[in-house]
Amino acid sequence: MLIHTAIEQKLLSAFDPVFLDVVNESHLHNVPQGSESHFKVVIVTPAFNGMRLLQRHRAVNAIVAEELAEKIHALALHTYTPSEWYEYYAEKPPVSPRCYGGNKTEKASV
Amino acid sequence: METLDKIKQQIAENPILLFMKGSPKFPSCGFSAQASQALIACGEQFAFVDILQNPDIRAELPKYANWPTFPQLWVEGELIGGCDIVLEMFQRGELQPLIKETAAKHKTDTPAE
Repeated sequence: MLIHTAIEQKLLSAFDPVFLDVVNESHLHNVPQGSESHFKVVIVTPAFNGMRLLQRHRAVNAIVAEELAEKIHALALHTYTPSEWYEYYAEKPPVSPRCYGGNKTEKASV
Repeated sequence: METLDKIKQQIAENPILLFMKGSPKFPSCGFSAQASQALIACGEQFAFVDILQNPDIRAELPKYANWPTFPQLWVEGELIGGCDIVLEMFQRGELQPLIKETAAKHKTDTPAE
């Protein structure tokens, strides 16, 4: 199984997150192509309510301890409770870019 | 000296201590670079240990700290966190007062290297 998938599955079952994004960022680092060495995790779960950042990171690190110990080199963590997450995005919502005309523009310019 | 004793001594003697890869001027890792930049931006002196020069500390500290990666910021004997926590605290404006208050409290002490 890919390390990527293993991390995702472990975090899904441990924290029942409302949002989870596991990103392989290895291509940004000095490792061979196709490596699974550097990951970033964005996780939003009510399980973090009342936990300080240190405790949240420890909780995540514990779930992927095997991967951290033997397989991966870096794990960037961004941990939020649902209310923090909504507050965070209230200021900068993750909007997709607006349409610039697409097919119509292309056809029009032909 | 045993590595663990060395670690404990460093943590006890330096109220603001960053274990990192490389040095703040010449960091050897992007995460260490970001963490030390945030600390520098707080405007106070801090101590650092380059774990690439100290493989024994690199091997032992994660167990003692119950923290698997580097960098690690320790303030007054307590682990604050790694790069993401340091940056997040900095962005929320929580790191600056912590560092400033700690530095002010220890000003009369021998300055760290």
